[in-house]
Amino acid sequence: MLTAIVTDIHGNREALEACLAHAGRHPIDRFVFLGDYVGYGADPGFAVDTVMQYAERGAISLLGNHDSAAIGAPERMNDEAMLAIEWTRRQLKPAQLEFLAGRPLTAEDGDRLYVHASAADPAAWDYVFDERSAGRSLQATDAALTFCGHTHVPALFHLTVTGKIAGFDPDAGVAMPLTPQRRWLAVIGAVGQPRDRNPAACYALYDDGSRTLTYLRVPYDIESAARKIREAGLPPFLAARLAWGR
Amino acid sequence: MDVSRLEAGQTIDGFRLEEPLKPGGMANIWRVTHPDIALPMVMKVPFVRPGENPLAIIGFEVEGMILPKLAGEHAPRFVKAGDFSNPYIVMEFIAGRSLKDRLDETPLPADEVAAIGAAIAVALHDLHAQHVVHLDLKPSNVILRENGEAALIDYGLSRHDQLPDLVAEEVSGPIGTGAYISPEQVQGERGDPRSDLFALGVILYFLATGERPFGEPASAREWRRRLWRDPMPPRAWNPDLPPWLQEIILRCLEVDPAARPATAAELAFALHNPECVVLTGRSKRTQRDGPVKVAARWLRSGKPVLPPQRRSIAAQLARAPIIMAAVDLAAGHEGLCEAVAVAVSRLLATEPGARLACVNVMKVSLLTIDPVADAEGRNLHLQRLVELKHWARALPVAAERITYHALEALDPADALIGFARANRADHIVIGARASSALRRYLGSVSAQVVAEAPCTVTVVRTATAAR
Repeated sequence: MLTAIVTDIHGNREALEACLAHAGRHPIDRFVFLGDYVGYGADPGFAVDTVMQYAERGAISLLGNHDSAAIGAPERMNDEAMLAIEWTRRQLKPAQLEFLAGRPLTAEDGDRLYVHASAADPAAWDYVFDERSAGRSLQATDAALTFCGHTHVPALFHLTVTGKIAGFDPDAGVAMPLTPQRRWLAVIGAVGQPRDRNPAACYALYDDGSRTLTYLRVPYDIESAARKIREAGLPPFLAARLAWGR
Repeated sequence: MDVSRLEAGQTIDGFRLEEPLKPGGMANIWRVTHPDIALPMVMKVPFVRPGENPLAIIGFEVEGMILPKLAGEHAPRFVKAGDFSNPYIVMEFIAGRSLKDRLDETPLPADEVAAIGAAIAVALHDLHAQHVVHLDLKPSNVILRENGEAALIDYGLSRHDQLPDLVAEEVSGPIGTGAYISPEQVQGERGDPRSDLFALGVILYFLATGERPFGEPASAREWRRRLWRDPMPPRAWNPDLPPWLQEIILRCLEVDPAARPATAAELAFALHNPECVVLTGRSKRTQRDGPVKVAARWLRSGKPVLPPQRRSIAAQLARAPIIMAAVDLAAGHEGLCEAVAVAVSRLLATEPGARLACVNVMKVSLLTIDPVADAEGRNLHLQRLVELKHWARALPVAAERITYHALEALDPADALIGFARANRADHIVIGARASSALRRYLGSVSAQVVAEAPCTVTVVRTATAAR
């Protein structure tokens, strides 16, 4: 079974459409959205509507911290993110807010755990960005494979045979076998606001037959996405960083 | 699954155990069959259970990660791997003879050593181009097929540069086999394809002399010795060994990877073309280095090593491409000849690590009995080599990085394509003669080379030809 894992869309319509079109060229059996559909980008309503349509057809969709903030939960955020959330809240319709409010923090599927941030305390929104934070997440679950987002930086961590945690920067387009002998934690990069110095949108495919995970990078129309952010009156930095990929 | 009680006739995930083969270092190996799969197959089942010996389990896990990513004739095809509770790997059974079984026959004649060495080098180049360094190359991991090609097995200690290095993450010290491990592996480097060339140098040494250059040291402490103590020159063991083979072997065994052949393709090229090997002091050595040189290397070996960097294994090959210039020496095409030289020198300027093979094809007809057999033929051949050297005299490439080849063939395009294939050329530069009705009818050599060459081809035309 082939699963597409999509996270951190952040209201970026151009990036989301490019990724879904790219995914459409593969025989995908299931879509999993790891949250943060809104915030930063100029098309939060489109992002939520799209995820709703996929959810109606059986996709898993989780709650992210920006989604949580958009429905009114008090989340800690920097000023730009906060401004964007306040703007986003005004754009969303009741049905869209209601959909976000119904999203769970985690989902399990066989030996897999899906979560937006760290499995250690999903609602605390800790970042999994190094061996220590990855270790905390891996210790908090028995799942063989954990998939998360939140950092906007793709990374693959695993628990070694002797209990150490090791990290790896995945190359795009390489099918990496996630061996059954150990437990793995895959941080999927962002669709809507990549921060690993590669501005292309990121999503991943997991094939449970061959147990392989492939990170994919999809170039998209950054200029349009950035222009819409500026035209909406959102902080210009949020537009500029799309092209920088950080 | 209880691995200690495997029996013929037993079925695991649909694979029927037929007969046990000689066990490997860390696993039992069975010939297996499957009702839906026609391929001859073996199943590897590790001796140890999880928790017993980390390295044995990791080696098994690593092979399960790397094998499915390998394609081609030089590695067994991956079929299936078991899950956590049922660890096994099923892969293609490669028919042939283990190189280990040939060690009793050493020393082997030089041409046979070169043929085996070239087959292994070609297999290594194929592996390196697929992002993998073997890192445990030794005779028991080489299978010689009946057609003379080599296949490499056992990827338990290997490194794939696009996958996590599970071995390095678990084990801090050097890992390998004492007789074959390279100096940089002893120092913890696991990403240099030239480490496999060192191991191949040890194999060539062994095949050519019947001796192991560094013995079979068991402890990692003793492995360090090869950082300063050079081996006895092979000709000291076997005076019949030709100097070119000693040159090749000792180059492979250089402590500094940069002093070895840059790629396995370059090594295969040398082994295929012994007459082109430039002989240096290495070929004449009769004894080991004196105490001053050894002491200097010993001092250098104590210097801290830079932490290994994550580099692309395949990209390291690209730094040392083999460029092949197809030179048409026929009268009336001097301008084109010159244009090919200009194109080649531009290419060489951008590829400082490149090697250049200058190739000319003498067209022979079926009516000629054997052009090289008579004196006239030999003279003609020599004359072509002289002309090739003259053509290349101004090219910006060091003498040891250029070779000259005069081929005789019925079909020049076939000969050029065959040469490029056999010598793993990365780039062919060829001139195209002016277009004409007759040429269109007969077909042009350059067009056929473009269509069929296994690599990049640059076609050069002169301004007059283009008009």
